[in-house]
Amino acid sequence: MSADIGKPYLRADGRAKVTGEARYAYEWPASGVLYGALVTSTVAKGRITAVDTASAEKDPGVIAVLTPFNAMRLPGGAQPADTGDRVVQVFQEDQILYSNQPVAVAIADTFERALHAAGRVKVRVERLPFTVRMEDELHAAFPHDIRNAAGSQPADQLRGDVDANLRRAEHKVEAEYETPPETHNPLEPHATLAVWSGGRLTIYDATQGIFGVRKKLAKAFAVPPGNVRVIAKFVGGGFGCKGSAWSHVLIAALAAKQLGRPVKIALSRPQMFGMVGGRPRTRQKVSVAAGKDGKLIALRHESVSTTSRFDDFIEPAALVSRHQYQCDNVETKHRLVRLDIGTPTYMRAPGESSGSFALESAIDELAHELGIDPVEFRLKNYAEIDPTEGKPFSSKSLRRCYELGAERFRWQKRTRRPELALRAGKLVGTGMATASYPANYTKASALARMDPDGSVLVRSGAVDIGGGTYTVMAQVAAETLGVPYEKVRFDLGDTEMPEAPRSGGSITAASVASAVEAACRALRQKLDAIGGRPRESVEAVGEVAPSEDRKRYALHSFGAQFAEVEVDPELGMVRVTRLIGAFAAGRILNARLARSQFMGGMVWGIGMALHEHSVYDEKLGRIMTRDLADYHVPSHKDVVVIDPIFIPVEKDDIVDPAGVKGIGEIGITGAAAAIANAVFNATGKRIRALPITPDKLL
Amino acid sequence: MRLFTFQRASSIDDAVASGSGAAFLAGGTNLVDLMKIEVLNPERVVDVARLDLGKIEVRDRALEIGALASNAAVAEHRDVSRAAPGLSEALLSGASPQLRNAATVGGNLLQRTRCAYYRDLGTRCNKREPGSGCDAMDGWTRMHAVLGVSDKCIAAHPSDMCVALYALDAVVRVRGPGGEREIPIGDLHLLPGDHPDQEFSLRVGELITGVRIPMDALAARSRYVKVRDRQAYAFALASCAAAVQVQGGVVRAARFALGGVGTKPWRVPEAERSTEGRPATRQTFADAAEMALRGAKPRRDNAFKVELAKRTAVRALMLSAEIAS
Repeated sequence: MSADIGKPYLRADGRAKVTGEARYAYEWPASGVLYGALVTSTVAKGRITAVDTASAEKDPGVIAVLTPFNAMRLPGGAQPADTGDRVVQVFQEDQILYSNQPVAVAIADTFERALHAAGRVKVRVERLPFTVRMEDELHAAFPHDIRNAAGSQPADQLRGDVDANLRRAEHKVEAEYETPPETHNPLEPHATLAVWSGGRLTIYDATQGIFGVRKKLAKAFAVPPGNVRVIAKFVGGGFGCKGSAWSHVLIAALAAKQLGRPVKIALSRPQMFGMVGGRPRTRQKVSVAAGKDGKLIALRHESVSTTSRFDDFIEPAALVSRHQYQCDNVETKHRLVRLDIGTPTYMRAPGESSGSFALESAIDELAHELGIDPVEFRLKNYAEIDPTEGKPFSSKSLRRCYELGAERFRWQKRTRRPELALRAGKLVGTGMATASYPANYTKASALARMDPDGSVLVRSGAVDIGGGTYTVMAQVAAETLGVPYEKVRFDLGDTEMPEAPRSGGSITAASVASAVEAACRALRQKLDAIGGRPRESVEAVGEVAPSEDRKRYALHSFGAQFAEVEVDPELGMVRVTRLIGAFAAGRILNARLARSQFMGGMVWGIGMALHEHSVYDEKLGRIMTRDLADYHVPSHKDVVVIDPIFIPVEKDDIVDPAGVKGIGEIGITGAAAAIANAVFNATGKRIRALPITPDKLL
Repeated sequence: MRLFTFQRASSIDDAVASGSGAAFLAGGTNLVDLMKIEVLNPERVVDVARLDLGKIEVRDRALEIGALASNAAVAEHRDVSRAAPGLSEALLSGASPQLRNAATVGGNLLQRTRCAYYRDLGTRCNKREPGSGCDAMDGWTRMHAVLGVSDKCIAAHPSDMCVALYALDAVVRVRGPGGEREIPIGDLHLLPGDHPDQEFSLRVGELITGVRIPMDALAARSRYVKVRDRQAYAFALASCAAAVQVQGGVVRAARFALGGVGTKPWRVPEAERSTEGRPATRQTFADAAEMALRGAKPRRDNAFKVELAKRTAVRALMLSAEIAS
């Protein structure tokens, strides 16, 4: 037995990426290709009355400028194709619904000429009143249930009597927390190449889900899904904003159809603010109460998040409060507020990241009020079973995470009186928080083949958005087949391959690994039947889907985040000097890549705590932090010691056949709260609105 | 990016002869960036990067820094870090290593504001398009100036280097069609007033050839403190270059310039003089900082800068005076 699973193999696609061989969507060649450059709206709401394209069309090399007045009608419309898909704007209407909405596309024979022409297009607009201020629309907040990969959950949930217990509580915290709108900003901008050949369409796309893109395009152009092929071999980061086909994907396909030539479109960095989603702003009220013994007696978590006028995306921020701690009286509520903004979407750990900031800050506040150590307080309220429906957890190693994390962090040395802990003129503080994320799993399929030379090719229509799918699936295949890892190649990113889910909700590793295992087991049986190495290629399909049994359990990954910060007492600058996370997430497929994933998530946690903020100009209805100099994410200097530790194998036979819980998102959960709690420990200041910038600490 | 003609200057005289409508290209970290987003649209770009203006040397008790010396080269130069440590610190606090390797002293002297409205063609901006109005004024003003503002423009000056150079009493050498002249750095940048599009006191065709920094006792004590939203690659919320000379516990001389808060690098001579002869204490410096911020005009989002700038100035002055916080 080769025991390849878990081994820290180097990234299989690493060499291709660093040498430039890896081909990203925009880099695919196509004969006679044209380049599109989008023109986007500068007003937040209005009606396009005219588009003056004359000057642009005179530019050398310009083929056309498509606008709502001359673009072809989509035979199937642009409505969402499924849950998780979004409403897009493809020149089918003259309305402007948000700032930065695409209103025209200049098509030319080179990228530079297209860009130049786009700058010459003049759009005339009848402006309409709008608002991007949550406060203006709070009166019209409405409940909305939560729909995601795991199914549907109600907006509101109530167990026990929260009001009465809050009233009688000796110790309670009632506070409002706020997380700002954020924008994903993967390094690779959104990009699409569309090639029509007769009634067949091939799309090269920077996407997290090729089958979703296929479904949407097939619907829009009213062609059978089999006539649409979507390819995504390499994706330069997704984080949720490449989870669906946004406007530009359909615009590329529309322009290619209308002009009879392949068309490629890439968004500029500023165009990525508004048109392709982002994390919505949330306001979260948390009321939490405990008895003298430190046991929780009531918890209420009410979240309001923003969405657009024309589509519903909800940040499920209060979900985390349904299962995180043992408490008999729990109420959670989700409300939506409509604004004249682009529709937000899933962003790394949607709900759990923003929601854990509020919940885990409030828990810290209550622990402080009670004078109980934050880790001890959490242990006192440890949920042995999912308190929501009384289901057992398929596995839960959170207690071990607290232990491991506290030990590595040396939590016991924590200073209760932080103001005494000056280090080189800086206040030093420590804080912690619980991390958790649902262990999602869905149907997936894979095809495994062995050739006469003994080499193995396994294929599945998943994508690798940087997590390491190429590598870990080859490991799973090698181990399942009992062949050397070097003999196995895993290929992905093509709708001609067996169907796999959209890479979102930390679902790919669990689902595709299970499918790969199934395919390789089936192949092994065939090979065994013929007595080993085949004379001609032998292949087998594996298909998996969640069992009914799974529904009897609560399924989550867990972790514990520990942060140390230094704060300049006069100038307000915060530096996270140590961030240690201990995680348990089923079976880890590759220790090296897992460490990278956890680190990436934790770095995002630093960004969420201290930096990220898509700032709207409320008068213009427009995001003003539109590049990476103004939209801050952590720089190298902001990341000092970052140390994820994890349990290599948390045994779980229920979560999915591969025993894997995804790890793409849990690393960010709890991190912002741990840092905010550390800032409180250092300064005595409780910052309840992220990001924690110097001005808030003056 | 709009169409432009490109030429490479063969000599300083050749560059100077290029006339109006031309932009000099050195490191390109600012100009090319702004041309890409069509904020700056020169008809002609004259590449001066290959001219022999990159020297850093000591002459007549002054640091002579060529206009084409890179930010990185200046920051790491031994004579600079010894004679004007505040300049090294300021340069190293700006941008990223990649940008500092490409950016030049001459270019940095003319760095354009990072006002988000100036950079966004979807908004109104008097600096970009004179007379069009200013959307920043009642918009997101967190990064904007509180000193030197006018009712036409509140864009903050972005450079760290210029703040340090101002505190160091640097002189900018320029060559133009009319010959050479020297401009005290405090006179290089113009207040926005009614014409925020006019940013520099340079005349048509004038090329910055270098900077001279007197090597005095104050310069050797200079320090730079910068407060920003992250640890690197961020513009200043407030910064201060300060140099203090203390004798027997009494301030003999002090200079300090503020960044991140003014429409140009900011110095208030009477605030500096107020410290002279007084004990080198936090109170002395706090009083000076108070004077320096007098007349500040904060807006909705940048009111915090007034207090932050004072604290930053105190920190820098105390560092230079070597007084523990």
